[in-house]
Amino acid sequence: MREILTVLESDAHASAERIATLTGIDEATVREHIAAWEASGVIRRYKAVVDWDRYGDERVTAFVDVTVAPERGRGFDDVAERIARFREIRAVHLVSGAQDLRVEVEGASMKEVADFVAQKLSGIDRVTATSTHFLLRRYKDDGQLLTDPEPDQRLSVTP
Amino acid sequence: MATDVQRSGTGPSMQPQKPFSRTVEAIPPSGIRKFFDLAQSMQGVISLGVGEPDFPTPWSAREAAIHALEHGATTYTSNSGLLALREAIVDDLADRYRVRYRAEDECLITSGVSEGLDLTLRALLNPGDEVIVPEPCYVAYQPCVAFAGGIPVPVALDPGDAYRLDPAIIGAAITENTKAILFGSPSNPTGSAQSAGDLDALAALAREHDLWLLSDEIYDRLTYHGVHTPVAASAPERTVTLGGFSKSYAMTGWRVGYVCAPEPLAQLMHRIHQYTMLCAPHMSQIAALEAMRTAQDDVDEMVADYDRRRRLFSKGLDELGLTCPVPGGAFYVFPSIASTGMTSEEFAEGLLTQEKVAVVPGNVFGPSGEGHVRCSYATALPQLEQALERIARFIGS
Repeated sequence: MREILTVLESDAHASAERIATLTGIDEATVREHIAAWEASGVIRRYKAVVDWDRYGDERVTAFVDVTVAPERGRGFDDVAERIARFREIRAVHLVSGAQDLRVEVEGASMKEVADFVAQKLSGIDRVTATSTHFLLRRYKDDGQLLTDPEPDQRLSVTP
Repeated sequence: MATDVQRSGTGPSMQPQKPFSRTVEAIPPSGIRKFFDLAQSMQGVISLGVGEPDFPTPWSAREAAIHALEHGATTYTSNSGLLALREAIVDDLADRYRVRYRAEDECLITSGVSEGLDLTLRALLNPGDEVIVPEPCYVAYQPCVAFAGGIPVPVALDPGDAYRLDPAIIGAAITENTKAILFGSPSNPTGSAQSAGDLDALAALAREHDLWLLSDEIYDRLTYHGVHTPVAASAPERTVTLGGFSKSYAMTGWRVGYVCAPEPLAQLMHRIHQYTMLCAPHMSQIAALEAMRTAQDDVDEMVADYDRRRRLFSKGLDELGLTCPVPGGAFYVFPSIASTGMTSEEFAEGLLTQEKVAVVPGNVFGPSGEGHVRCSYATALPQLEQALERIARFIGS
């Protein structure tokens, strides 16, 4: 059954019929499992991986290391959730190392991101420091290499 | 050849007159060549004729080779190959095949299975020895037997029986001159993987008639119906295991493989290898070792991908009336084209010229491959789907 998810993860568009062909699992079973996973949250949502740069839409991303004074009994959860709720925040992770949270911020311009960090993020209670790294170029994202694919150098007919 | 420079001794009377090797001249060139030339001359061809993975070598192996080159791995290795690689191979075979070879004197690193097969046949055969070669089979088997002075004895397998290695069919071909049986499972071109039961029976046959089993294991990791069964497990004392990295690790261009055999035969192979190849490429051996150590997940992903394509493509062919048993291994399907009324060559040539899809006519793999074509699904899914559309149009025309 894991195979169904593997197919969907690389092609969210794949129909139940196609998944059945690719995995050898019958179509009704595929439908049942997908419905159950949608209900239980194993499948969170279906998304397209969009290369916004290629579309011509300029977006600015920054990774911000956030130092937090943890709260007695609640640890980092409260602050992390408070940060995560902002629309500008794409991802929030608790990490090991010198800082506590690593968050991804997205905005239309460098100024927008900088303003958000300065006015919103650093002002949150228990956030004691931030360190912002603007993203310059993506080489690989979501397991997908974004560099040009290597050309196929195979001969067209071989034994 | 047009040239203004007159080379010395090019007058007719100076041409060498003595004949070339009759053995080699008697072997026809591979029938694949003609389709290669035709396909190369055309634009926009979807090729299902490629006998190698469409994945690049896993990066960890490539990176290890680059590092090795930077640090001077440009020399010969010992004739047998890097000991660490041989140890990794025999451990892996002990694990997967349940057969324990000694790294010191029963395992030899070769330049691909091709060299391993050549060494095996040359170390084993005396003039007049017969080698049973079930067909359809890989194009090199019979020529290699002949090059080594043996007599290839092709035996037709039954397409209606999923090209099973039926011990009765093999047994009927055994004579007092038979020395060995040479086969690959999973098979190029049919994709069929032999059952443990048939391999056991084949091993019993080999014991009864004192024959060697020459087992081409190049596709041993590319199986889709449970674990691979090697014939070495049934008769290790008379099996030559020919393995490599080309197909399972997508390392065709590195030219590195191995042969494992009982010590006396392995030492004779070693003798030929030390005088001819010396050793497999050093940097390739390092890449192969790294692949064995770190690329198992890459292999699993490739196998899962081939498996999906295999299902889609064989179902698509079936719907077009080109029936084929769903292949158990490798990355080939070998459908029957009987419903079209064409010969293999007519079908392959027509499909290439009219619809620009390259397949290999089944008869190049032996007479019993007639009426079939070999399609490789080592091609991305969208291209396979497009190929199916074109094949449908070709059949309809």
